[in-house]
Amino acid sequence: MQKVILVDYAKCTGCRLCESICSLNNEGVINPRRARIKVVRWEWEGWQIPTICQQCQDAACIAVCPVKALKRDKELGYVKVNYDLCIGCRVCIAACPFGGMSFDFVTNKVIKCELCGGDPMCAKFCETKALQFVDVASADVVKKRDLGAQVLMAIGKAEEQQLR
Amino acid sequence: MALRGKVAIIDLTSGEIIKKSIPEKLRRLYLGGRGIQAYLIYNYLKPAADPLGPDNVVIASAGLLTGSIAPASSRTEWGGKSPDTGALASSNMGGFFGSELKFAGFEHLVMKGASKKPVYLWIRDGEIEIRDASHIWGKDTYKTQQIIREELGDEDIKIACIGIAGENLCRFANVRTGPKDSAGRTGNGCIMGSKKLKAIAVRGSLDIQIAHPKEAIEYCKKAIDQIMMTKVAKAMSVDGTSYIWNVTNTSGLLEWMNGQINRFPFGDWHDMTIEAFEEYKTGMAACFNCTVHCRHQYRLKNGKGIPTFGEGPEYNTQTAIGSFGLNNWGDMLLNWQLANLYGIDTTGWSNIVRGAMELYQRGIINKEVTGGLDLSWSNASKITPILMEQTAKMEGFGAILGLGHLGLIQELSKYSDKVGYYILHCKGLGKLGNVDRVQPSFSLGIATSTRGADHLRSRPALDHYHLPEEVLKKLYGGYVSSDYTSYDGKARMVRWHELTYAVVDCIGTCKFQTVFFSPNLPCYNEWCKYLLYITGLEFTPEELFDVGERVYTLERMINYREAGLTRKDDYPPERSFKEGLPYGLKPVRGVHLNRKKYEKMLDEYYELHGWDSNGLPTPETLERLELDKEPSHII
Repeated sequence: MQKVILVDYAKCTGCRLCESICSLNNEGVINPRRARIKVVRWEWEGWQIPTICQQCQDAACIAVCPVKALKRDKELGYVKVNYDLCIGCRVCIAACPFGGMSFDFVTNKVIKCELCGGDPMCAKFCETKALQFVDVASADVVKKRDLGAQVLMAIGKAEEQQLR
Repeated sequence: MALRGKVAIIDLTSGEIIKKSIPEKLRRLYLGGRGIQAYLIYNYLKPAADPLGPDNVVIASAGLLTGSIAPASSRTEWGGKSPDTGALASSNMGGFFGSELKFAGFEHLVMKGASKKPVYLWIRDGEIEIRDASHIWGKDTYKTQQIIREELGDEDIKIACIGIAGENLCRFANVRTGPKDSAGRTGNGCIMGSKKLKAIAVRGSLDIQIAHPKEAIEYCKKAIDQIMMTKVAKAMSVDGTSYIWNVTNTSGLLEWMNGQINRFPFGDWHDMTIEAFEEYKTGMAACFNCTVHCRHQYRLKNGKGIPTFGEGPEYNTQTAIGSFGLNNWGDMLLNWQLANLYGIDTTGWSNIVRGAMELYQRGIINKEVTGGLDLSWSNASKITPILMEQTAKMEGFGAILGLGHLGLIQELSKYSDKVGYYILHCKGLGKLGNVDRVQPSFSLGIATSTRGADHLRSRPALDHYHLPEEVLKKLYGGYVSSDYTSYDGKARMVRWHELTYAVVDCIGTCKFQTVFFSPNLPCYNEWCKYLLYITGLEFTPEELFDVGERVYTLERMINYREAGLTRKDDYPPERSFKEGLPYGLKPVRGVHLNRKKYEKMLDEYYELHGWDSNGLPTPETLERLELDKEPSHII
């Protein structure tokens, strides 16, 4: 079954626990600079946006890789790096439209989210569910439900105002 | 290792920078954060130094677990010798500065000496550079951070800085990072200003090694679940610390008009609730690694030329800025935003302003003293932004307010010998807007606190929960009454909380995710596991408790050495002994402290601590806590 990490930008509180836990689970140390996810923040406006690989169906990174080091995992459907082939040219970083590719300056290699092998820690630790690990087939349904709930709340507010 | 963070001794006079490691022996004695900082203050501060002179130090300390994955491990402690009180300066902030400092390879920054011209520090991956700051001197705390980030070309740099209040030596100027977080109390920003140190910019990309990664991940997830299960975490996620305001207000546990009345006297209190704040609120945000996210984000409706986005306010600000006549969130937030831009401690400033307003009400001071300002309670919304600016610039009447409580009392006592009675403080630090006089544990806590009147040193919130006495006995190791108006066992309760919160500040997690708010939140057993899995250090709960005791007693020694503080300074404001309050719940109405019972409670408190009847540690206590050889100059 193919699964993806669904990002709901409005729910992110900017705590960056996802960065810490990602680097710890994947590298055995805490270092947000070596995480596969990054929360980009605009501190003076109060905005925080998690950036992570979306495991695109027609992935730009796979298309541009000159040595075909990026392949799709058959079982979980995520894009993974074959380090025997990767030459660290960073073209994938330039091509990715989501900022989902990163560069580990310690190992001098491209790194990306590989779903922690099927149990992604970032989604597990995200209390507000800004990150959710869902079936690729139902990802849109999850989103629709959330938006539906927002519409419900908006209707509720409108009715409240009419009563006044 | 998580223990590799270095201590940097930065001499701003000569520009010399020395980096040192922290020996394991000191780890076991003081852990990190506030503990190691107390050690550094005792060792690096020249005895009887002028708080505004080059002999004073200002120290930034990330907690031992700050930057790890322990829940809410975001805290940074700031300290030195307070220009506000003349005793220990100590203040703790959240945000992202401490963790970034850890990623840059440092745990403690000791800034000593004084620069001739404005400078800021640029710290990255083990390197420290002192840079010119003349172009940012005079800028507010938002602009300062924005300019430095642009100049160094990295939006992810974390910056702790002072505003113009610190530059102008307002005694309660704070240190700020990001849009919200402040090391507010005791005037660390003023010390930075006296050293011409405008800011500290940090960026790190070094690994923090974790002793047992797998166990750490598993255990921290469990701890987060434990935290998020509590009602308090759910309430904080929505309303922040302000969730308790409605309860304390309607119970009569909030002081208005400088402690003269305990019911909102300026209009409809519903306009002041956190529900009424919704109009301005744009979201909730979190500090580093925190799942609770208790920080409000808001937009001012009319910024009048200042930035409209801000974060906060907290319950404490709500009670502080709200206590002198403001009756709507628009005015409250304007003052809050100004304080943040200027870099002023809202609690200290509010307390001193409401004190001055009572002096004005009683005719002790008049328009001649205030420079023509009408300090009537009804005039608050008009004068407070003016007073805020004057205080930050140390101009007009603000030049007197900015001297801090002790300075103001000294300055105004020529008009009446009652001035000291109406300026509410303990050890020179302003009291917050909570009613202490009906709750002996709260009074004892703010009076004996090592940094002056303050709840974060020992606030025994559990006192209000009417927990069964067997539960209290198990927690505190002896009899404690479950009645919050009783004096019985409260010395034991306060001491336990003092030592426990000292441990929290050493490890660097947020107090709101500890026993501070609920007995179901993490405490010693959980902390021992955090320490084991993250750092590999093995501690028993008893050993941690001893660390807390050592740190608290050392702070007491700093206060004695620097300001001669003894038993005479361990009392709440005189008003708490003399005046009752008219409203609120039945046990609150008309009640004030009983001096005889208070003295007895204080005696018990000293005995539990192993201090003599004058409040000083006995030689046996010093030996037991291995404090008899301090200052030992190991770092």
